[in-house]
Amino acid sequence: MNKIIKYVFYDIIRNKIILAYTLFLLLLSFGLFNLGGSPDKAILSLLNLVLLTVPLISIVFATTHFYNSYEFMELLVAQPINRKKIFMSEYLGVASSLSGAFIVGAGIPMLLFGAGVTGLNLLLTGVFITFIFVAMAFLASVITRDKAKGIGIALLLWFYFALIYDGIVLFILYSFSDYPLENATLALTALNPIDLGRIIVLLNLDVSALMGYTGALYKSLLGNLWGIGLAFGLLLLWVMLPLFSSRRIFSKRDL
Amino acid sequence: MITIERLHKSYGKLQVLKDVNVSFEAGRVISVIGPNGSGKTTMSKAILGMVLPDSGDIKINGESILGQHAYRSQIGYMPQIGRYPENMKIRQVIDMIRDIRKDVKQVDEELIGLYGLKDMYEKRMGALSGGTKQKVSAALAFMFNPQVLILDEPTAGLDPISAEILKCKILKEKKKGKLILITSHIMSEVEEVADEVICLVDGQVKFHDTIFDIKAQTNEDRLSRAIAKIMNEED
Repeated sequence: MNKIIKYVFYDIIRNKIILAYTLFLLLLSFGLFNLGGSPDKAILSLLNLVLLTVPLISIVFATTHFYNSYEFMELLVAQPINRKKIFMSEYLGVASSLSGAFIVGAGIPMLLFGAGVTGLNLLLTGVFITFIFVAMAFLASVITRDKAKGIGIALLLWFYFALIYDGIVLFILYSFSDYPLENATLALTALNPIDLGRIIVLLNLDVSALMGYTGALYKSLLGNLWGIGLAFGLLLLWVMLPLFSSRRIFSKRDL
Repeated sequence: MITIERLHKSYGKLQVLKDVNVSFEAGRVISVIGPNGSGKTTMSKAILGMVLPDSGDIKINGESILGQHAYRSQIGYMPQIGRYPENMKIRQVIDMIRDIRKDVKQVDEELIGLYGLKDMYEKRMGALSGGTKQKVSAALAFMFNPQVLILDEPTAGLDPISAEILKCKILKEKKKGKLILITSHIMSEVEEVADEVICLVDGQVKFHDTIFDIKAQTNEDRLSRAIAKIMNEED
């Protein structure tokens, strides 16, 4: 398996997109930290931008990469290698190179400007988001053979989780504002990995005090170590669900 | 050596293989013929595990291959249209497959030499002509001394000299006791290299006989005529 990952890496490094992604993140983070104010403020802005761009870039890059590696996978399935291994190598290769780019791009400025535990949380969340959206991209790619359709599905997934979902949540909160919604909000958050990531980072910043009752509830539930662990556990579930279902589809289909 | 039992496969509503039962022995060259879309490629891909059958079984040396992968070390496959990662060079592709198949000690580089692939090692796969890609496919198929060779229209894109080299190689490997499955449309070629012919029509085996028997049954001395005669008789 390591051997195959090695060749997936070669392939990814050869195209310059990963490098451009790293530079983009570096520029973004340095810019935000240099804008003045406390590192906490910079992290807050960075968080909002990261939660928008990291899923988008991960899902689009992974989908196009999957379709472009079709020949590579075809070549390998005729060799004595388990199909699941080929799939997992592709996944780990793509997800870890994107995560690597993120860690370098966002991590180095954080280290230089002393972002502390909150920064670490943001990094971890970003890595999880990358793994989740690469898994979703692979799910979109194994569902259909048509590249255009696959990228379409991937973009829809991003739209849903990054933009539409928040709209739905706001709509629910607004329409049912006469009822106690604290627990429902909590459940709704768990259903979207991006929101989950946002909460993990926000709770470590002082701004959570501004979030009202729901913020207080979040703080009481997720504010301690156990709660953070639970949130990351949920994120892990979000990685595994699309990953294992797409692996299953991939190993049971004709090539 | 290979036994196919009650194999069914359909793509959506289209039934590609309907109850195929055949067995192939080692040391023979078997040619799979049939009209376009009769299921030849699907059958070879099923043996390779690239296409998963709806029902039925495929056994190699008595062991079912469904859901297995290790058996593929015994198979060399040359696809009809070789598709390779476009930005890899010939050398990188060959080195990669060799790296993956490190367990094989004896590597057969005869075709790489005969086709002069070493002179083109630094060319990108995406820049190669169809025929050159076929040569790479052929070289890779024979490289690891497999017991079974599955060649899907091997000479279709090759120039006459390269096709001749490949035919010689096929006969040479046959003498070593290997089983070679060739799908082809060129009857003169089938006649030259094959011992047996299996004919698929609409996903079913129409006949499976030795070339000698086919000629004897139809009283024809040319295989193409003999086969045309059989096809016409049944209509």
